[in-house]
Amino acid sequence: MASLVIAEHDNSKLGEATAKTVTAAMQVSAPVHVLVAGSDCAGVANAAAKLAGVEKVLIADAPPYTRMLAEPMEALIVSLAPAYDAILAPATTNGKNYLPRVAAKLDVPQISEITKVVSPDTFERPIYAGNAIATVQAADGKKIITVRTTAFAAAAADGNAPIEKIDATADSGASRFVGEELSRSERPELTAAKIIVSGGRGMQSGENFKLLENLADKLHAAVGASRAAVDAGFVPNDYQVGQTGKVVAPQLYIAFGISGAIQHLAGMKDSKIIVAINKDEDAPIFQIADYALVADLFQAIPEMEAELTKLGY
Amino acid sequence: MKVIVPVKRVIDFNVKVRVKADGSGVDLANVKMSMNPFDEIAVEEAVRLKEKGKATEVVAVSIGPQQAAETIRTALALGADRGIHVKADGEVEPLAVAKILKGICEAEEPGLVIMGKQAIDDDSNQTGQMLAALLAWPQGTFAHKVEIGDGQAQIEREIDGGLQTVEIKLPAVITTDLRLNEPRYASLPNIMKAKKKNIDQKTPADYGIDITPRLKVLKVTEPAKRQAGAKLKTMAELVGKLREAGAL
Repeated sequence: MASLVIAEHDNSKLGEATAKTVTAAMQVSAPVHVLVAGSDCAGVANAAAKLAGVEKVLIADAPPYTRMLAEPMEALIVSLAPAYDAILAPATTNGKNYLPRVAAKLDVPQISEITKVVSPDTFERPIYAGNAIATVQAADGKKIITVRTTAFAAAAADGNAPIEKIDATADSGASRFVGEELSRSERPELTAAKIIVSGGRGMQSGENFKLLENLADKLHAAVGASRAAVDAGFVPNDYQVGQTGKVVAPQLYIAFGISGAIQHLAGMKDSKIIVAINKDEDAPIFQIADYALVADLFQAIPEMEAELTKLGY
Repeated sequence: MKVIVPVKRVIDFNVKVRVKADGSGVDLANVKMSMNPFDEIAVEEAVRLKEKGKATEVVAVSIGPQQAAETIRTALALGADRGIHVKADGEVEPLAVAKILKGICEAEEPGLVIMGKQAIDDDSNQTGQMLAALLAWPQGTFAHKVEIGDGQAQIEREIDGGLQTVEIKLPAVITTDLRLNEPRYASLPNIMKAKKKNIDQKTPADYGIDITPRLKVLKVTEPAKRQAGAKLKTMAELVGKLREAGAL
């Protein structure tokens, strides 16, 4: 049998989360097929066809899938399920939205946010906000899995799989997309950025986040925030890094004025290098930081910019 | 419109979780337990719907051991009208919970189910979506804002890129995200009143559901620890170190 990976995309661009999910799927059950469900998404299917290890790309190009709403996605994936022994989606807000519906319809448990494939039926996943790691073994039957993409490397893009058109399934019309408010930014996305500069309650206001944004632009970095900063209304919700926000693992994570609540650490502790800058020398984040600087962030940010300028940034 | 709010008893979010030395799980002995924070937000939203005249009755449901009744009492003190306690010991997986809730929904015929998007113990983020699928209802997950209209609801959802609004037909399942509302504290008179409210006692068998776990937990371990690194004195030193490490 084979596994089916549900592609993450915005109808024009294939999300990197897909390539990482393919890597996990290869370890669960090869060959791997990728489902691209969307509208006017031929370019996405072409990109998916290049992923190494992918044997075939299925494209369902129809209006109900434009926004990947959970109800039509469930019907489509369930209709394809008999041919696969594993179905995997990245643990994005899309994947988390539609995949449990598929599992329930197929009467199998879902294994959420795996971080490691121990063997084809055994997986590691974080529980208690990452304070414990459970190793779970699936029973016989189909495996329905969401993948924490920061834990897997992206599949290479040197393949050339055939693309097959499939028919849309009927849409019940029970849900309808009304609109969206996306944070438009020239900066890289949080989950794909190599460098992230992140601010906490210590930033004191949304206005002050501009300081971080300037620094981020110098570094070609993404801007993140702690839950405290989001709850205080400094920045929108999609900036939140943490167990219930985005889980990130960049090469370099620089935390300004973040104390280091457990739930924030759960979202960034797999970063390669962690830098913490905080004026409270007892801040818990210092216990996990590779480099710690006790300093007032309003002095530290301009100082860092100045040092970077010296280096030609 | 009747609203059902499932609530789960979990380790209090302020408690430091300890993994048992034998790797069999997390130590729950003598640990403070509370209502799952996302479920508190769900109770608050349901009670506000009642206060606005959109809901007629709020029913709090919990599936769990004897002490889960305390979690239902908490919901009753926050404004829920009555409770249903489905007594079950040990781990009940999200799919089994969803099946029991389906049975309750068939008996109670609510117009809406509001529940937390995930429980902070197993972090599965599945049950609401599974329930919606089993009932063939639409869903509004990770809700940031809820507007109940005539036979439909508009849900503003927290998604990776920002916010998305969907319109779903009722009945439906809504799961709550962090910023939907700020739950109130129960007042002493309401805590007293809650003691007189009715809690029905049920078992999974009443709904014909087998709760035997389908996933086998082989072990539970501590995550790999990161060590604290170097404390630096100046920004120049920090940037120098990052340069050396190849991060800049």
